[in-house]
Amino acid sequence: MFQNLSEKLESAFKGLKGQSRITELNIASTVKEIRRALIDADVNYKIAKEFTDKIKDKAVGEKVINAISPGQLMTKIVKDELTDLMGGQEAVFNAKGNPAVILIAGLQGSGKTTFSGKLANFLKSKKGLSPLLVAADIYRPAAMEQLRVLGEQIGVDVHIEPDNKDAVSIAQNAVKEARSKNKNVVIIDTAGRLAIDEQMMTEVANVRAAVNPQEILFVVDSMTGQDAVNTAKAFNDRLDFTGVVLTKLDGDTRGGAALSIKYTVNKPIKFVSSGEKMDTLDVFYPERMAQRILGMGDITTLVERA
Amino acid sequence: QKTKEGFFAKITKAIAGKSTVDEEVLDNLEEALVGADVGIETTVEIINRIEKRVAKDKYLSSAELNKMLQEEMEQLLVNAPESNSYAFTSDLPAKPYIILVVGVNGVGKTTTIGKLAYNFKKAGKNVLLGAADTFRAAAVDQLTIWSERVGVPIVKQDMGSDPAAVAFDTAQSAVAKQSDVVLIDTAGRLHNKAHLMDELSKIKRVIQKVIPDAPHEVLLVLDGSTGQNALEQAKHFTAATDVTALAITKLDGTAKGGVVLAIANQFKIPVKFIGVGEKMEDLLVFDKHEFVDSLFSLEK
Ligand SMILES: Nc1nc2c(ncn2[C@@H]2O[C@H](COP(=O)(O)OP(=O)(O)OP(=O)(O)O)[C@@H](O)[C@H]2O)c(=O)[nH]1
Ligand SMILES: Nc1nc2c(ncn2[C@@H]2O[C@H](COP(=O)(O)OP(=O)(O)OP(=O)(O)O)[C@@H](O)[C@H]2O)c(=O)[nH]1
Ligand SMILES: [Mg+2]
Ligand SMILES: [Mg+2]
Repeated sequence: MFQNLSEKLESAFKGLKGQSRITELNIASTVKEIRRALIDADVNYKIAKEFTDKIKDKAVGEKVINAISPGQLMTKIVKDELTDLMGGQEAVFNAKGNPAVILIAGLQGSGKTTFSGKLANFLKSKKGLSPLLVAADIYRPAAMEQLRVLGEQIGVDVHIEPDNKDAVSIAQNAVKEARSKNKNVVIIDTAGRLAIDEQMMTEVANVRAAVNPQEILFVVDSMTGQDAVNTAKAFNDRLDFTGVVLTKLDGDTRGGAALSIKYTVNKPIKFVSSGEKMDTLDVFYPERMAQRILGMGDITTLVERA
Repeated sequence: QKTKEGFFAKITKAIAGKSTVDEEVLDNLEEALVGADVGIETTVEIINRIEKRVAKDKYLSSAELNKMLQEEMEQLLVNAPESNSYAFTSDLPAKPYIILVVGVNGVGKTTTIGKLAYNFKKAGKNVLLGAADTFRAAAVDQLTIWSERVGVPIVKQDMGSDPAAVAFDTAQSAVAKQSDVVLIDTAGRLHNKAHLMDELSKIKRVIQKVIPDAPHEVLLVLDGSTGQNALEQAKHFTAATDVTALAITKLDGTAKGGVVLAIANQFKIPVKFIGVGEKMEDLLVFDKHEFVDSLFSLEK
């Protein structure tokens, strides 16, 4: 469905042959192609515009060298800028504490519970920590049972209070339990909520205030469209989260939401989730994501998987 | 209601005293549509149609432009075969009437089943649920809770058992029980996973062993906050199961769900339901007029 961006740029640049510099005039249609590719990839349209305007400023005046075609040059500029934008500061994950508390939040169905299980599994098997999972979703039918099953699969204890109707006290009790049982990291799975649901946003803010987490992770479905900016901003305003988790990257979405979110709240993407099994957790590679958004294929990932 | 005025007010200002649609109007329009996830291709198509009509009609007022816009967009949705707006009470064309519910992970399939069951039951129908998601942790428990909440029977097996076998059981049980409506839940699956899509085709074939013309409806559930990937979902699920209807969930949030305009237009699949919350009452029968209206609302 998506024609390769560099091919498109190549043809947009046909008229440029023989000119030695990229100019405001000869770059116009190229910038339009890039903007379109970004919007097709679900990058927020305002951000796509700002980004391409920036690219244009960067590119204008660049010398077109003979060895490299203008299309290739532009592709490189775009990819590098995008990679830069999505990387930024080193994304450290802080699981130190006594215990360290990690709060997981996001929209309904984004993949929070699954990610909570994966993170516990990762911290246990790769970092040698002793995690406690906490079922603080008191709303969704069988949410606690879902986390219990995942905990069982990975051999991690799950704090469950089936009759407690207060997420804040469940979280507080869990931290106490962790201390008494020598668990050094507590992962709190919360209910899915809409950013405009005042009552639910207050609940999660209260959980945050009560347990003072080291890490607050905003879990977002990588297939999200234009609304990603609103949601990310609203969650960040209330929670001041420390990082983003992109889920369902095993699909074929281009994942422009990642760019929108990074651009809007400037928080690092700390993990990517790419499967339903407990071992499908990866760290985030800005360059791969840039290539993916641009529809350039994710060759490195494919090579590594094979 | 008041919310859509923001956009239309802008349009009114932009065209006041002019006899043609200028760039600014089109830019505003493009912004609204793309921002609602309608996608560039469909947006361009809508804008082209508007431009053509304006050139011909020479519209006079913003009210007329609004009307034109509304018409053109509804047109895209109408192009799908008439959505026989479920009156839950009216007679269904088959008994048992089997609805297979499919979609990618976490879109709201199980919840939508709970809501549909509630509506059918309220309308006096005998409803049966089939728990053919035997994969995701606690999926059967989740559907069981819904069956208790609504007060309808459920056919289930152990976690990990063959989903096609559960679907088969459910169909047989529906015949024996003389159920009116059967709602079969399936595990969420990403459309680019061939083996999981094959499994879905198999579930469908197995149901047909019991009832040859079933499933009578294959309902693809789409998350209203999904962007352009929803088009790929529609394409692949249609290829695997001949999707007959769409449900769009989570429209109680700030996402607009505009991508269904493109889907309805491209695949000719009608939208039948929208989900507007997590409770069993939070299901609406799709109304294209209201939906198009809501694409332009600035807030909810
Ligand atoms: N393919 C794939 N599926 C995923 C991934 N992460 C989660 N899922 C699936 O997405 C669905 C929703 O995941 P959950 O973990 O239940 O999502 P949640 O955010 O906890 O949902 P709520 O608690 O209802 O808000 C389930 O079917 C998961 O198996 C992923 O990275 N890839
Ligand atoms: N706000 C809102 N939430 C919804 C709506 N529909 C479903 N949800 C929520 O979305 C989450 C996922 O819903 P499920 O019904 O479990 O989704 P599913 O497609 O069955 O998920 P899997 O079986 O894991 O693929 C749950 O937290 C639901 O409560 C809706 O219309 N609005
Ligand atoms: Mg959950
Ligand atoms: Mg389900």
